[in-house]
Amino acid sequence: MLRRLYHDQPETFAFTPDNQKWAEAQMKKFPEGRQASAVIPLLWRAQEQHGWLTRPAIEYVGQMLDLAYIRVLEVASFYFMFQLQPVGSIAHIQVCGTLSCMICGAEDLIGVCKDKIAEKAHEVSADGKFSWEEVECLGSCANAPMAQIGKDYYEDLTAARLSEIIDELAAGQVPVPGPQNGRFAAEPLKGLTTLRGFDSGKTKYNASVQAAVEIGDTVKRIDGTEVPLLTPWVKDAAAKPTKPKPAAKPKAAKPAAKPKAAAAKPSAADVSEEQPLTLDAARETGADDLKKISGVGPKLEGVLNDLGFWHFDQIADWTDAQVAWVDSRLKFKGRIIRDNWMAQAKELAKK
Amino acid sequence: MLKDEDRIFTNLYGMHDRTLAGAQARGHWDGTADIIKKGRDWIVNEMKASGLRGRGGAGFPTGLKWSFMPKESDGRPSYLVVNADESEPGTCKDREIMRHDPHTLVEGCLIASFAMNANACYIYIRGEYIREKEALQAAIDEAYAAGLVGKNAAKSGWDFDIYLTHGAGAYICGEETALLESLEGKKGMPRMKPPFPAGAGLYGCPTTVNNVESIAVVPTILRRGGGWFAGIGRANNAGTKLFAISGHVNNPCVVEEEMGISFEELIEKHCGGIKGGWDNLKAVIPGGSSVPNVRGENMRDAIMDFDGLKEKGSSLGTAAVIVMDQSTDMIKAIWRLSKFYKHESCGQCTPCREGTGWMMRVMERLVKGDASVEEIDMLFDVTKQVEGHTICALGDAAAWPIQALIRNFRDEIEDRIKHKRIAGIAAE
Repeated sequence: MLRRLYHDQPETFAFTPDNQKWAEAQMKKFPEGRQASAVIPLLWRAQEQHGWLTRPAIEYVGQMLDLAYIRVLEVASFYFMFQLQPVGSIAHIQVCGTLSCMICGAEDLIGVCKDKIAEKAHEVSADGKFSWEEVECLGSCANAPMAQIGKDYYEDLTAARLSEIIDELAAGQVPVPGPQNGRFAAEPLKGLTTLRGFDSGKTKYNASVQAAVEIGDTVKRIDGTEVPLLTPWVKDAAAKPTKPKPAAKPKAAKPAAKPKAAAAKPSAADVSEEQPLTLDAARETGADDLKKISGVGPKLEGVLNDLGFWHFDQIADWTDAQVAWVDSRLKFKGRIIRDNWMAQAKELAKK
Repeated sequence: MLKDEDRIFTNLYGMHDRTLAGAQARGHWDGTADIIKKGRDWIVNEMKASGLRGRGGAGFPTGLKWSFMPKESDGRPSYLVVNADESEPGTCKDREIMRHDPHTLVEGCLIASFAMNANACYIYIRGEYIREKEALQAAIDEAYAAGLVGKNAAKSGWDFDIYLTHGAGAYICGEETALLESLEGKKGMPRMKPPFPAGAGLYGCPTTVNNVESIAVVPTILRRGGGWFAGIGRANNAGTKLFAISGHVNNPCVVEEEMGISFEELIEKHCGGIKGGWDNLKAVIPGGSSVPNVRGENMRDAIMDFDGLKEKGSSLGTAAVIVMDQSTDMIKAIWRLSKFYKHESCGQCTPCREGTGWMMRVMERLVKGDASVEEIDMLFDVTKQVEGHTICALGDAAAWPIQALIRNFRDEIEDRIKHKRIAGIAAE
């Protein structure tokens, strides 16, 4: 299967501070000089943070691990869990289609996805919220048919239930994952045939569902703050912080740039547009360095200059309608809100 | 039927306390240090005596495998790598261990690592098992906090570190050398053997790769004695085994049973029978997608162990039983497996890379009946050219289901060609 980088890439990528710490801890799981071993976990966290795997993210991980970009790209394109194209802003739905699920009704689930999301796999739905694909065996065969949505398995599905789940997700809820037919885990539906003697009372959910309900990050973009970072494998003696040299990392002083649950925010598309104040050229004091805004690289700065934006104070006061105007002229829809340019610009303008 | 007190995974469904305290209350982590103090040779011999055969599919004797590891280090460290990349279609047993009874695995890792002179163990879990990864990591964190692993693990005098890492959705990484490649941060492409991992595995160091279930049963075997385990099931097919039954049974489930249980008993006792009764049974794949299918009428009396299923022309594999009733389009079912192997071929060896795609395309036409009868023999011939001509066994695994289909259901294929009955491939 041909897997290529997406044609439209963002300018930059950087781990959130917590994800950065998490990533550095993962690298310490491996012996000195074997940091390449951490490539899959790091790429995966990058995808968890951003939703899909971008070229800047691949390069960022390459720099962290001191690997040639092509080595990282090889890994990114070899492993199918890496989404090399944008996915739905709320969730990417992975329906297991292999034999056990197929004979238990996976084709109907795929039918639901085609109806409700998009005709083709990997295509983002018209409202931008969902995408889907058929994946190979997800290892939950005794609970067939099933689908993975975000981090979680929704098992013992019917077409009707999957359809409801998609509606609930679209409405901003997260349905409880796990078996959808009243089962606890992978025991026989009609009741236990073994281990009755060990009964000590049920917990409410099985281990997977319990974690999902407690952490509540099923379809969240992961920023590393969800769970405390535990690293019992890190020895104090060896605890010298590894220094990544990410060229792609924005040098800007970090204002309130925490990309928090961007998915929940509505896309600006439905807001009417209004042109903000633009200038034909920079003021005499000289143009501000817009690259200091996290998420703006040289290319984007050029685009902004062309549109007539040269100074932080121009950006700081954008209203929703003005954001929509700019958004529709940029290639990265939703970026302004997601990285909160206004707040950043406000901070930067003070200096 | 196995009694509950002889089951190893007493929290298989996760209904009871899943924490360390709960595991200890069920008898895990009991006297671990004493076991280790009995020494390496005692452990390996006891494992040999237990008759445990690898639970990952190939069924290689576990104790023997451990004995291949160098007794003395030549300066290189030794590693235990646990294969938790459970991706064989039909298989969902290790998942239950890792999320619901994870301490069996963590304790097993410590003992097994000690037995092969390894101070470090890597568990490589499949990337999709995100919650399972979290559950297992939580168990590892608990064990560290309680001093059961780490420096002087469980007060045994042995220093032991255990690391959990993961893959990202490549079936091939379940093959041990592909797993090692992946663990080193590369594409999961199998290595040529020799050298075998016991000589040069992870980072070029002596390594043993074991399945999750093989390792997780170790502590209980050593506590109760190899003889206890060997006494369950038939000679050369000893012990208890997790069976994962999916497809057309009334109650699909994962269940621990003794090896050598009959297929009928397994289905009747735990799965509430075949959907529509035994006459409605069409075919069974008894050990995960890679093993040959067996016609329903031959399966009822089958003995579910390595030798019993060999007699039926199939194999126990991972004991992932896929049951198909008369409503199943067998040709389409096998086509779906061909599609799986085509998708998962790593592309390293030409016979597999080209052959899996070729076989899938012919199967696609057979599903529609859009072929000539001679092509059935041609397809069989091509599967024989893929089988045995690749570095790893994925080529064989892609060939066997088709060979068994032609052996067992040739009439159905010919029928379809004659009548050109259109089945329609919905899942394209």
